[in-house]
Amino acid sequence: MSLTLVQAEKKQSLSRDEAIQPLKTLENSKVRTEDLNAWYGNNQVLKNLNVEAREHSVTAIIGPSGCGKSTFIRCLNRMHELVPRARTSGRVILDGSDIYSKGVDPVTIRRRVGMVFQKPNPFPTMSVYDNVAAGLKLNGERNHEVLDRAVERSLELAFLWDEVKGDLDKSGASLSGGQQQRLCIARALAVEPEVILMDEPCSALDPIATAKIEELIASIKENYTVVIVTHNMQQAARVSDFTAFLYLGQLIEYGETTSLFENPVEELTERYLTGKFG
Amino acid sequence: MSNYSLRRFKDRLALWLGALCAVLAMIPLISILYEVVKNGASTINVDFLTAAPGVIGQPGGGIGPAIQGTLILVGFTIIIGVPLGVLSGIYLSEFGDNPIGRVIRFLNDVLAEFPSVVIGVVIFTLIVLTLRSFSVVAGALALSIIMLPVVTRSTEESLKLVPNSIRDASMALGIRRWRTTLSVVLATAKSGIVTGILLAIARVAGESAPLVFTILGSQYFFSGLNSATDALPLRIYRLALLPYPYAQAQGWGAALVLILMVLVVNVGVRLATRGRLYSTRS
Amino acid sequence: MSGRLNLQKLFEGLKHPSSDGFFRYGSLVFAGSVVAIIVLSLVVLVQGAFPALTKFGVSFLTGTNWDAATGFGALPYILGTLLTALIAIMIGVPISLGIAIFLAEMAPDVIRVVVSNIVELLAAVPSIIYGLWGLYVLRIWVANYVQAPIQGSFGFLPIFGGTSYGLNFLTAGLLLAIMIIPTIASISREVMVSVPNSQREAAYGVGATRWEVVRMSVLSYSRSGIFGAAILGLGRAIGETMAVTLVIGGVTGASALPTSLFRPGQTMATILVNQLSEAESGSLQLAALLGIGLVLFAIAFAINVVAQLLVWRVLKVQGGAVE
Repeated sequence: MSLTLVQAEKKQSLSRDEAIQPLKTLENSKVRTEDLNAWYGNNQVLKNLNVEAREHSVTAIIGPSGCGKSTFIRCLNRMHELVPRARTSGRVILDGSDIYSKGVDPVTIRRRVGMVFQKPNPFPTMSVYDNVAAGLKLNGERNHEVLDRAVERSLELAFLWDEVKGDLDKSGASLSGGQQQRLCIARALAVEPEVILMDEPCSALDPIATAKIEELIASIKENYTVVIVTHNMQQAARVSDFTAFLYLGQLIEYGETTSLFENPVEELTERYLTGKFG
Repeated sequence: MSNYSLRRFKDRLALWLGALCAVLAMIPLISILYEVVKNGASTINVDFLTAAPGVIGQPGGGIGPAIQGTLILVGFTIIIGVPLGVLSGIYLSEFGDNPIGRVIRFLNDVLAEFPSVVIGVVIFTLIVLTLRSFSVVAGALALSIIMLPVVTRSTEESLKLVPNSIRDASMALGIRRWRTTLSVVLATAKSGIVTGILLAIARVAGESAPLVFTILGSQYFFSGLNSATDALPLRIYRLALLPYPYAQAQGWGAALVLILMVLVVNVGVRLATRGRLYSTRS
Repeated sequence: MSGRLNLQKLFEGLKHPSSDGFFRYGSLVFAGSVVAIIVLSLVVLVQGAFPALTKFGVSFLTGTNWDAATGFGALPYILGTLLTALIAIMIGVPISLGIAIFLAEMAPDVIRVVVSNIVELLAAVPSIIYGLWGLYVLRIWVANYVQAPIQGSFGFLPIFGGTSYGLNFLTAGLLLAIMIIPTIASISREVMVSVPNSQREAAYGVGATRWEVVRMSVLSYSRSGIFGAAILGLGRAIGETMAVTLVIGGVTGASALPTSLFRPGQTMATILVNQLSEAESGSLQLAALLGIGLVLFAIAFAINVVAQLLVWRVLKVQGGAVE
């Protein structure tokens, strides 16, 4: 699919500084990072990242393989630290407070910031119903009505309800790839997070399944904040409102998607977008 | 003979020697099964399986207490050994990638190959001598120690087969580590773990050396946790020591019962896991 | 794999008295039970054997008497263990290797499945049943087809002396060989299977026959792993008890010295079975028996450590499953 054509009102020539500094209008900021650095052992993967994701919008993270996109979003829900010898420095501000400050329980962060992974990973021994309900059930929710409602609501949001409502007891693993990924999205939505992180959610799926998920993202963004990592530039252009371009662990450019794609400020960005590398 | 045909001859020879070795190894198994069935089948009847042993030297009686004893012992061993082994396996799989874990894993493998007679001796000294009596408890403890490393090892391996993406998915939902491990990872690895436990039970049910020093053996049915009992492998041993023909026949009968128990579990597990062994892989 | 213990993580876990830390350290306690068991065993045995060890000192290991009056020496039983184990290894290793090579490199699919299942079932048979079979079947066979003809022709040689109706070192060693074959064969086979195919292909590429490929590529690569498997088999042979007890005869004292293949004897494991449960509490005999238990513990531990190191190293290096 080609880039959607948007009428450019006027050529905006942002200065280099403005392109990479955190946008000062913070009223809409849902989660932003301040000088975020991340390491695996002695290998530094992220360098002084200052990126933000605005509330009720979709922010895309793009860049060539190995630029740290996955590591970046895993820092947003404190999953990065689960890897042995991984560490971070800097701040990640969610709704005004740093999720890395002392005394913060990472588990509570992960309930507010959900995640969908590259390869669909439904729990193999659980049914569709149990998969979606897992986040609630395993955190102590026992009330069947509450669970039923949550499951139905989440599956509807994930555009999967109609396809599975006839047999919620069938195994999660028996669904097709695209359905499994929507199941994982429903599972993530069921715990009612505020932010949804998506790590290349469509890269293992065919174009039809991909289109469905992109539709889904567009529909949930009015109630959630979505950060999506993608190596597919066209997808970023279709789906996101803001885009951050990372290269070798550093933020090269950040801005509204349409202006970044139409008029990238940095030469590096322009070269990446036109396929000269990556 | 040209060089090439000499080489070909050696190749053929190697094949036939290898096959010969395989045949040599199969002969004992076939002989054992044959002898056990041939000599033991005629002794088996309901009386034999349920009655207590008769007076020594006179034919009659059965292996009832022995069968009961084995079942009771195995039951207690499961209660002690399985939770211990599964939790150890959980530690090694989920948290064990560090020096302490490596030491534990290594020592676990060493204990797995340990002579069971030494374990029997230790329990004898520690418990039987201290309490001044042979007992079911001592026997169960000895068998649990033998079972422990086997269950630990197979639990760890089954858990490691669960892909990390499953753990990630659960953690990302804000589910705590312990809940993730128990409710998600363990559930996924369930069939592998159960298989390991079953095989460990079959192995432990056949052990006799540690029982000599811990439960001693007895003519009577179970009479309390703190007294001596009988068990199938032990009864076979005692029968083998008696010079009477009836004892010989009963020994084979008991052996048939034991080998059926053990082989049924082994073959059953083998057949059941044929297709499902890789079900945890997505 | 990380090398250093992550102290930061350790402290963090302690700081949050949360369920996760409890879980982690709780399961560690359970896992540590293995260590506790081994240490406890050592302590118990040393403490129990102490009277005998202090009274006899080194002569405990070199003496041959076995009674309260003249003292307790474990030499005959140590030698008995070594002899039976030696026989088991000498017969068992070549056959195991043959089976392993046959199964790993040569056998057609159907035969391989059948044979390997049978070999694994052999491992599942309880040792007391091996003993029973050894007592009633193997012994007779050895007495009639091995002992009689050999003694007929070479009976004058001391190594073939003695009458025993089949209850002797040779029968015991033979039985042990049969019992350890499944172990050695299956581990050797795993080691061979984990040799990367590129090695075999390289040899085939220069026109080698299948046997030559095995010899050049597979066996040389697998050498230390196979050695480790043999050592594990040795460990089994040394510790095996019930089966040996039924076929070895069970004598004590100087007459238990293994001077001939066809004489009855005693191993460290069998004398424990024969005497320990009746030994008087507090007696020197008990302490002597525990001393034998201690020696057995030490030998078994050392052998298993060496074997594990060899097998681990090889399987890890070749990228196969660790075990």
